[in-house]
Amino acid sequence: MNRIEVNNLNVYFGDSQVLKDININIPKNTVTALIGPSGCGKSTFIRTVNRMNDLIPTFSHDGNVYLDGVDIYNPKMDVVDLRKKIGMVFQKPNPFPKSIFENVAYGLKVHGLNDDDAIAARVEESLKSAALWEEVEDKLEDSAMGLSGGQQQRLCIARTIANNPEVILMDEPCSALDPISTTKIEDLIHKLKNDYTIIIVTHNMQQATRVSKYTSFFLLGELIESDLTDKLFIDPKDKRTEDYITGRFG
Amino acid sequence: MEKNRLSEFLIEKGLFITAIFSIVIILLIVSFILVEGIPAFENYGFFHFLFGMEWGPSRGQFGVLAMIIGSIYVTLLSLLMAVPLSLLCAIFMAEVAPNNIRKILKPVIETLSGIPSVVYGFFGLIVLVPLVRTYFGGTGFSLFTASLILTVMVLPTIITISQDSLRAVPQEYREASFGLGATNWQTIRHVIFPAALPGIITAIILGMGRAVGETLAVIMVAGNVVQIPGSIFDPIRPLTANIALEMGYATGLHYNALFGTAIVLFLIIGLLLLVANYIQYKYKVDIGGGYL
Repeated sequence: MNRIEVNNLNVYFGDSQVLKDININIPKNTVTALIGPSGCGKSTFIRTVNRMNDLIPTFSHDGNVYLDGVDIYNPKMDVVDLRKKIGMVFQKPNPFPKSIFENVAYGLKVHGLNDDDAIAARVEESLKSAALWEEVEDKLEDSAMGLSGGQQQRLCIARTIANNPEVILMDEPCSALDPISTTKIEDLIHKLKNDYTIIIVTHNMQQATRVSKYTSFFLLGELIESDLTDKLFIDPKDKRTEDYITGRFG
Repeated sequence: MEKNRLSEFLIEKGLFITAIFSIVIILLIVSFILVEGIPAFENYGFFHFLFGMEWGPSRGQFGVLAMIIGSIYVTLLSLLMAVPLSLLCAIFMAEVAPNNIRKILKPVIETLSGIPSVVYGFFGLIVLVPLVRTYFGGTGFSLFTASLILTVMVLPTIITISQDSLRAVPQEYREASFGLGATNWQTIRHVIFPAALPGIITAIILGMGRAVGETLAVIMVAGNVVQIPGSIFDPIRPLTANIALEMGYATGLHYNALFGTAIVLFLIIGLLLLVANYIQYKYKVDIGGGYL
């Protein structure tokens, strides 16, 4: 069953077309990796899925993006609700300059949860799901800015999980992290895929093979090829995919 | 090589001398004020001067308490009106307004700060004083009228600096907040505003400094009666007005007492700057290691 279906999606920033005729299905509770050279539209694509591109005044699109069969660009769509369902983890860890607790509680509070006990329980649960609880349980009131980069990124994942999303978008979540922190995040992705549909943009092809079931290759705004990760990396159908994964460009 | 080193040396020393020059000028002014003002404290008594209720130069009375209170009242009342107004305006400009509206608003507000204070004062005298007289009674020359003028005069300072600090909040915070499904207003209130707070507080304190120090526009509408006002529609005389009004004919101890007034004003403004620096320092430390 597909959680997200994208049909004939074109995206423009002003006059320049950034995504060309994208068609892709993202199956439920799996990890889908998006690979491709810089500037190929991977990030733009995932930002189209949670309507983050709405923040850019020159953004326009045609085609359809469906979440569980609902067109997310239909005029009645509640963007706030959409972004609650489709969480996002950014390239650079971006915790708020607030306490660790407040970072995770933020999403709950903005969605109207007022019961302190319920918030505390949900914060603990989310930090545990993000494999961060043991490292921070004694210092929940400390600033999140004092955590290491890897911890901050797991905090951002915890913050996203707290909203109980259906989909988690990850935009190169490990690109600013050291190898040990990267391993931790990858382990976490393995754990999370049972409950969440994950789309991860990555520059690191080994990472794609390690964490994802499906991989899609983007090039110059086009989706060149989508397949099971094992298949795409061993036996790509398109010459351009082969050139990229064998390191001939990019 | 040798030539390069020489020009480096000259540039370095040149910059050093310019920096020293401005410091020397400030020191000269301060020492001049101290030299001229301290005799007033010696002859009249510092606390007698500071907490004296009577100001009557012809009778040898030099108590500035009413004027200190006048300065504080007029400053607080104008901030009370200016702060909410300018913060909302800054938030609108920084976070809500589309680019083309911001492009019009910004120069308009910057122009406000370029208007000479005599123009504000004249406008107050011709327009506000009669209005206050008609609607609130009294002569129209009052604490309230002066506060209205000061409100308009400090708006650009607070708006411009607050707006800059709001816009300096990293885009990542906005994205993180929107990404969690927060609305624009929730993002502003819970993320952007707290993160910009040190800059906003500085903006308010600089606005406060402007209000305390403003002289001409205030003289023209405040009524300048030396008294502790019983209502906001009573006339007042702030410290600055006292100096400007009497400087022309003061001699002897009276002359020294006006410089004494300047020292008091100096202390108040110095205190404000200290508070501003402390808050900046404290919150900068907090953004690195603590939190808001």
